[in-house]
Amino acid sequence: MRHHIVLSVILLITLAGVSGTVFAQGGMFATAGGNTRFSSETPMENIYAENKKTQVLLNTGTAEIAIRMNMRDFVFPNKLMQEHFNENYIESDKYSTATFSGKLDQRIDFTKDGTYDASATGSFTVHGVSKNRTIKGKLKVEGGKMVISSDFEVTLVDHKIDVPQIVFVKIAQSIKVKVEYILSPYKK
Amino acid sequence: MKALRHAIILLFAVTSLHAQNDLLGELNKLDSNTTMPVQATFKSTRIINGHSVETVKKNHMDFRISHRFGRLNSGSYQLYGLDQATLRLGFEYGISDDLMIGVGRSTEQKAFDFFGKYRLIKQTTGARQIPLSVTLFGSAAIRTLRPVSEDEATRSFKNKLTYVYQALIARKFSERLSLQITPTYLYRNLPELAGDKRGLFSVGLGGRLKLSKRVSVNAEYFWAAHDKDANLPYHDSMAFGVDIDTGGHVFQLHFTNSLGMIEKQFIGETTGSWGKGDVHYGFNISRTFSFDKKSKRAQY
Repeated sequence: MRHHIVLSVILLITLAGVSGTVFAQGGMFATAGGNTRFSSETPMENIYAENKKTQVLLNTGTAEIAIRMNMRDFVFPNKLMQEHFNENYIESDKYSTATFSGKLDQRIDFTKDGTYDASATGSFTVHGVSKNRTIKGKLKVEGGKMVISSDFEVTLVDHKIDVPQIVFVKIAQSIKVKVEYILSPYKK
Repeated sequence: MKALRHAIILLFAVTSLHAQNDLLGELNKLDSNTTMPVQATFKSTRIINGHSVETVKKNHMDFRISHRFGRLNSGSYQLYGLDQATLRLGFEYGISDDLMIGVGRSTEQKAFDFFGKYRLIKQTTGARQIPLSVTLFGSAAIRTLRPVSEDEATRSFKNKLTYVYQALIARKFSERLSLQITPTYLYRNLPELAGDKRGLFSVGLGGRLKLSKRVSVNAEYFWAAHDKDANLPYHDSMAFGVDIDTGGHVFQLHFTNSLGMIEKQFIGETTGSWGKGDVHYGFNISRTFSFDKKSKRAQY
């Protein structure tokens, strides 16, 4: 038993060291000005909003990716809708951010320019509810920059976002999301 | 060996988790928006009769229809006040997100009112916290009622004007509770009653308590420094109401002892007394339109 503990400790130190080096060695790419848009489309009306301050970090060494955005940074053309989005639907005082934390599913040569079909699997959190999801998109490597783009949908019930019957506004049950993130080399 | 295998699996899980958390943690540093203004201290630009710290946003127009019926104690002959209705129509527009202007027409005294309102300080949360919101309000109202007496016929244009100055100071204490204090100065070039003074100080207190995401109860009280010796028939204005937000419209339903819906009238000239049952049922309907070019198709 003692033998096992000693072994475990050695393993722990080694692993921590290895993961530490990988973390440090892998090129880090980031943006604080990523563009996340969404739309709710119904025959009655269409609602759009845009967040131009999405933060993204990609570790090319581990293929890990993290995305974070403030819900309050979503801008609607109609400010009343924006207020309702924050106050009544997304409850941004309680659940201030949406995040994705995961890993790319493909091995991509980040040193070679080109456009790659890619997907990332990980934890997607909106309105305080986390879902394990695989999100497909494209990754373009171009002149030392990474461009990540993706189209996907978020279903309101999945994230416990209530739309009550008394509301006159028609909101789609599934929200279309479109993202474009241009990442540059990141220095801590 | 089983234990070792478990240890390895556990360690892998821990280290990979650790790395992911680091990445998200690192992201927090990239967040430039660490201070956020507090939004929706009140649902509407009015608490009940009086203004709230809220302003209409840029390129948005708020069309307001406000009604006060007759007194509840007027008996069944008047259907408890419902036979009489007093109206104010208002068009209120946001020049910027912090500055708005408005014009209104009231049945009472056939008064036109013009106002400007500027959000000076915004309550914020986050890195740089400001505990309060402050909005400045200024208004001029003119009565256009045709003279009913010879005395009134000689009233000059200037003497039909009234001015109001307010500092609206509010704090959203929690998701549910917001309170406001409203120091007010009214100046009438010619008061309605002979014994009344031109200048009148008043302090308003107002608040809202949210019952659900879309429904809140509101209360409002304006203490007015009327001259006690002048024996004026005026009372302080007090009102209770409910706000219902349906998305696009805000319905405000309330009971108040004031008939007028502009500051000059409800702060300075409230003759109803809650004690005697001189209470008016009333409602405000607010509908906001966006004139933002991009939102043509995204109308609420």
